[in-house]
Amino acid sequence: MNANGKANTDAHWPAISFAVNGESRTVNVPPMKRLLDVLREDLHLTGTKEGCGEGECGSCSVRMNDELVNSCLVPVLQAEGAEIQTVEGLALDGELDPLQKAFLESGGAQCGICTPGMLMAAAQLLAHRPHPSEAEIREGLAGNLCRCTGFTRIIESVAAAARATESNPATEPALEQTNHAR
Amino acid sequence: MNTHATTRIVGAPVPRKEGVDKLVGRACYVDDIEREGMWYGATVRSTIPRGLIRSIAFDRLIEWSEFTVVTAADIPGENIIQLIIADQPCLADGKVNHCEEPILLLAHPDKHKLREALSGVKIEYDPLPPVFTIEESERQDQIVWGADNLIKSFLLEKGDVDSAWAGAAHIVEGEYRTGAQEHLYIENQGIIAEYSAEEGVTVWGSLQCPYYVFKALRGVFDLPDDKVRVVQTETGGAFGGKEDYPSILASHAALLAKKSGHPVKMVYDRMEDLAATTKRHPARVRHRTALDKDGKLLAIEIHLDTDGGAYATLSSTVLSRATLHSTGPYICPNVRVRAHSWATNHVPYGAFRGFGAPQAVFAMERHMDEIAATLGMDPIELRRKNFLHEGDANATEQLMREPIILDKLLDRALQESDYHAKRLQFARENGRNPIKRGMGIAAFYHGSGFTGSGELYLNSLGGVDVTPEGKVRVLVSNTEFGQGTNTILTQIAAETLGIEYSDVTMAAPDTDMVPNSGPTVASRTSMVVGRLIERACLQLISMLREQASLGATHTREEFFAACERYRAAHGEVSSMCRYEAPPDIYWDDQKYHGEAYGAYAWAIYVAQIAVDTVTYSAEVEGFWAVQEVGRVLHPVLAAGQIEGGVAQGIGYALYEKVVLKEGRMTNNQMTNYIMPTAEDVPPIHVYFEEVPFRYGGFGAKGLGELPHDGPAPAILNAIRDATGVSFNSIPLLPEDLYAGLAASQPVEEPALP
Repeated sequence: MNANGKANTDAHWPAISFAVNGESRTVNVPPMKRLLDVLREDLHLTGTKEGCGEGECGSCSVRMNDELVNSCLVPVLQAEGAEIQTVEGLALDGELDPLQKAFLESGGAQCGICTPGMLMAAAQLLAHRPHPSEAEIREGLAGNLCRCTGFTRIIESVAAAARATESNPATEPALEQTNHAR
Repeated sequence: MNTHATTRIVGAPVPRKEGVDKLVGRACYVDDIEREGMWYGATVRSTIPRGLIRSIAFDRLIEWSEFTVVTAADIPGENIIQLIIADQPCLADGKVNHCEEPILLLAHPDKHKLREALSGVKIEYDPLPPVFTIEESERQDQIVWGADNLIKSFLLEKGDVDSAWAGAAHIVEGEYRTGAQEHLYIENQGIIAEYSAEEGVTVWGSLQCPYYVFKALRGVFDLPDDKVRVVQTETGGAFGGKEDYPSILASHAALLAKKSGHPVKMVYDRMEDLAATTKRHPARVRHRTALDKDGKLLAIEIHLDTDGGAYATLSSTVLSRATLHSTGPYICPNVRVRAHSWATNHVPYGAFRGFGAPQAVFAMERHMDEIAATLGMDPIELRRKNFLHEGDANATEQLMREPIILDKLLDRALQESDYHAKRLQFARENGRNPIKRGMGIAAFYHGSGFTGSGELYLNSLGGVDVTPEGKVRVLVSNTEFGQGTNTILTQIAAETLGIEYSDVTMAAPDTDMVPNSGPTVASRTSMVVGRLIERACLQLISMLREQASLGATHTREEFFAACERYRAAHGEVSSMCRYEAPPDIYWDDQKYHGEAYGAYAWAIYVAQIAVDTVTYSAEVEGFWAVQEVGRVLHPVLAAGQIEGGVAQGIGYALYEKVVLKEGRMTNNQMTNYIMPTAEDVPPIHVYFEEVPFRYGGFGAKGLGELPHDGPAPAILNAIRDATGVSFNSIPLLPEDLYAGLAASQPVEEPALP
């Protein structure tokens, strides 16, 4: 049920199907409804947050088909057939993902409102650059605003998660040593 | 009153208490909450800065019977938001004094219909002449507030300033200006309200101070205490922006809930939040300083004026803190500070991290570099020569009884930043280089807790109880909004009781459940409330020893077994304490004389800056923050506070401009109100020196606001070092840099008189 007390799907809207955190979902909603609102209102995945509604703050970031998107700028029709990951899909069976562990230990989350989007941006970065330099981390997170931390501890958290997820050095390009902020 | 040399939990980097919830997306912010049968609320606001409301008309094409409409006439109690001065209406009644002033409220089950209806309310006005600047307000041609536009004034005097000028070797004058600044918490303001005749008003929301909202609701609804309940939900950043404004939003949502008979959610979108809610006070600070031939301060005269906006809100207390921080961490025999907060027809300005100190410290520390330049002195040596030391009296003639280690902080800051070597290197390299580099410094203090007798008036009550399930609960109204309240108070309770961190929980921040331990503001939580919890825990241990046979030393299991014996005999296990002032506190609120703050945190900040003389961008390349904040209770959280405050200070200096046209914010979007990103903030190097404060929780002083005070002057001092040009206003955007550098170009360094 959504806030209006109406069913969250309405048969006169076309069905749109996609996978969220590995689970198939179908919604009947206005096709121009923001993916953000579909996640929060129709699928009750409220971990994804709205900060600005115009794609500036990145709080609503989710991963869609291996791209980082601002879900406030994505009409849900564009999600047809997509694979979507939200913050709720990071921890497996209650076990925190290495990024979440690193954020917890290194102080990467303060008020927590940017954290879900920040984790998604970090996950996207590490998926493509498993051992990023500090500059690459800063660039990878530049679309996500945090007003609490000054970013220092978020950058450290991402670097720590990268260190914790040892991958096969033979398949990775050699990168310069990460120069930590502190 | 011990300083706890060895501790198990205090001082350790324990995981943030609510950290896991935040990391898995489970933490419940107000917009994540739905109530059965909930409607949505919206606000019709003034489109003019000042005038009389002539008529309100409703578009006939809208089916208004579906909506709940609330005006000032629906307010059951007083149409006033209770805070300090009773001047701000909950809803405008016949007259508006600023753009975006709330006039009328709408509620509807469908938020999209609600949005359409907003434009269907047509308000006509008879405009009155507005006032937009400190200069216009102080001329008093138009009286827009009270009898004289003056919200508050202070006069602080020490010694005899007037007789000091004649004997001075140097007199240096300067004028410094600071702009408004938006908090830009990433979670916008939001409240859900319910009303029933039996229960009265209940609100849930994003807020800092449950009992401030409680007081406001009690007045607006004319209800007794037991019919008002305020619950803080997980709060996505606040920085002072959720100190006073939630009282307004909660009143609005509750009025709609009462009239509609439904729970009502009001969550602002970013544009409304930016346009309508409080910001940091703009300020103009004029300095006139007398020095002897060696650079010792002889007299400081300051005129400090702020734009308070259309209503008083917290302007008086912000001005107070600005006044008390305006002379910096220096000793000077003769001081006069005249401070005024002027009303204008801007959206009221309010609390923001630092609370007046960033404005005052910007002026003082920028001015110190101007003095050094005038005297041909090294800015470091000028400061060192005038630092306060233990046993000195500051501007309010407060005797500095605690150790002051400014020299040590300064030495460390110079060493860690490699200040002297870099200045030499940059001076060598800058000549031919279009990139000009420089180093700048700021020295400052920040008073912890409420000013003067403020903590005595607050009379905070807090404590702990033990549940039958074997959990200790911390009972306070102090809230978590990222800064670490939950973690710090849990550490203090667990440490003092000799149990584990996981044995302690925080009681819900709900006025039905927790006592009033004061607001979560003013860097007071660790020092003042932390001490309250420490004392309540010590008192509980004594009770258990005396009445439940707890031994002189105990294990965790023995502690909980004793609690159950106590419960069997007395029914419940709880221990509450009231605030007790440190001894020998004297404060004269009229003369602004005496112990302004129980303790001060001290800091030296250094900025390394690069100014590109082709693009006119200024980049902070490195930042070193060295401070003494008493005992550091949690190394990761403490450093996180400093880093976050420095980043906000960098934004204040170089990025964040509130553009006002005819009293209205015109850049009320994140697209064009620019805060620093991960690529703009440099590595921030944080260092603590610890001097435990006897009367703070486990030796803590306040640290949350301190880091916002120093970055702006350090950065602008570095820009002067880099370019030889003085900039005395913030924010300093590329166009301002261009204007200043272009104007200075044909002239070589001006000759000294």
